Amino acid sequence: MASFLLRRLVNHAVLVVVAASLAYLLAAAALKPRANFEDRTPRPPAAVVEAELTRLNLNDRTPLADRYRVWATGVLHGDFGRTWQGSPVNDELWRRLQVSLRLLVLGAVAGFALGVLLGAWAAMKRHRMPDRLITLGSYLLLAVPVFVLAMLLQTAAKQVNDVTGLQVFEWVGESSPGAADGTFGALGGLGDRVRHLLLPTATIALAQLALYSRYQRSMMLDVLDADFVRTARAKGLRRRDALLRHGLRTALIPMCTYFAYTSGLLLLGAMFTEKVFGWHGLGEWLIDSITRGDANVVAAVDCFAAVAVLLAGLVSDVLYGVLDPRVRVGAR
Amino acid sequence: MNRRTRAGLALLAALFLLAFAGPLLSPWGWDDTDFAAFRAPPSAEHWFGTTQSGHDVFALTLRGMRRSLLIGLLVAVLSTGLAALVGTVAGFCGGWPDRALTFGVDLLLVLPSFLVVAVLSPVLPGGWPMLVLLLAGFMWMVTARMVRAMTISLKEREYVLAARFLGVSAPRVIARHILPHLASLLAVDAALNVSVAILAESGLSYFGFGVRPPDTSLGTVVADARGSTTAYPWLFGFAAGLLVLIVLAVNLLGDGLRDALDPATRRTMP
Repeated sequence: MASFLLRRLVNHAVLVVVAASLAYLLAAAALKPRANFEDRTPRPPAAVVEAELTRLNLNDRTPLADRYRVWATGVLHGDFGRTWQGSPVNDELWRRLQVSLRLLVLGAVAGFALGVLLGAWAAMKRHRMPDRLITLGSYLLLAVPVFVLAMLLQTAAKQVNDVTGLQVFEWVGESSPGAADGTFGALGGLGDRVRHLLLPTATIALAQLALYSRYQRSMMLDVLDADFVRTARAKGLRRRDALLRHGLRTALIPMCTYFAYTSGLLLLGAMFTEKVFGWHGLGEWLIDSITRGDANVVAAVDCFAAVAVLLAGLVSDVLYGVLDPRVRVGAR
Repeated sequence: MNRRTRAGLALLAALFLLAFAGPLLSPWGWDDTDFAAFRAPPSAEHWFGTTQSGHDVFALTLRGMRRSLLIGLLVAVLSTGLAALVGTVAGFCGGWPDRALTFGVDLLLVLPSFLVVAVLSPVLPGGWPMLVLLLAGFMWMVTARMVRAMTISLKEREYVLAARFLGVSAPRVIARHILPHLASLLAVDAALNVSVAILAESGLSYFGFGVRPPDTSLGTVVADARGSTTAYPWLFGFAAGLLVLIVLAVNLLGDGLRDALDPATRRTMP
């Protein structure tokens, strides 16, 4: 197992280096932040713009190879360079990561748990009403782009707010300014944050749920007629107990590894949700930076995302070995 | 044909009919301006309402829908075709062509496709056809791997060996003896790629990296309504609904086809 993991780790490290380098080269070659400086009022002298761009390593008149060398040296020392406004990318990356995680952890876990439950239930009620409804629902959800889902939730929330006359739902940002200074103090601030979390979390959870429930349903159907479930029934367990205790556990193994793997992708996948709901997380930063031509930020976020995806892949490999004894024996 | 395939086909046919014959039903063209109705809600005159500048949302939405459907179909055909070409050549030839192509596939898989398309598409000239090329260029790799693996096993079958030993040229063996065997896999792949492509296009367009004005797609129609979602839901609701219906129809069709063609999944699916 250890040598297998080590080999995977080296393989992944090479891939991350290649992916990050390519992302930087692409971003640096295609994005031109020069206009951001030249469009300032009053228009700065050309020499000043030139010096500033060179200082930030964003000058498109410096050969690409030279810029790459400076960038790569920085990254090797743990420094992703500076944004076009001159602040360090590292600090902002760290801050935004926390914002993204606050949103994602809850949504991903809720989506996974609900998806597994619904999928398992659908498989147990195969071809009957609950199964048909869940299948139809997940088909519909899978066809809805995330940004449409988010906008629909916003519209619905507006209706609810109008009907009840209360500000039940919030859909802009992470918190309202001054919420913590109200009559309820810190408690009011917490409630305000929860209300802001509700809709974006629901968006992420719903999008995940559809995928997981389909997957879990077919996993569960595979074990439904398996010999070990029949054995459990034969020794006297009720169908529900046999399925939950023996069937679901087995079907959960591939689901956990799948969950670990998808979580890596989710970091950037939340960009639609973040954009629609005005959360200043990593995904939103990436989109805004592409629009602004901020090459260092694009490369940094992408490098980070590549690491996340490959780490998640590694975790899912390890999880598989830990959860499924058959794989462990096979690996030796 | 199972029920799912039929439902998907019927829905898709209806949507195509709406997209291409719909403009005949409405007196408003997509570039007409109604100076009597700005941001008017849906009515008998304007079925889907009007935009801020008095354009008919029905006409705009159908125009975007035609573009989205076209992009989806073209991307699917291109990417599946490319996957078939690369996969069969790599699998059949083996040796250095195989190693080179496999390396290329792995490299492209590592690149974050969304980022590449988002960064490149505004810079490159060529409008939406360039977007089609970019999307297709980043969608074929996984299928190519599957095709390659299947080709390697097909290559050793007796009838393929017979053809090769009779001196039939490699392109001909691939076209006449290997590709027909992969047809069902490729058909399902192409069908599902349509929905992936439409979703990718609308997502990119939503951020302004895909189809750009004056061109329209369902994604740009939805994106234009971004600031006024809650106040004027008709600006994006109909386009969003049609987008969902297209993807739903294509997914039903693709999954239905897969079940019909693959005996392993038929057992468990309704």
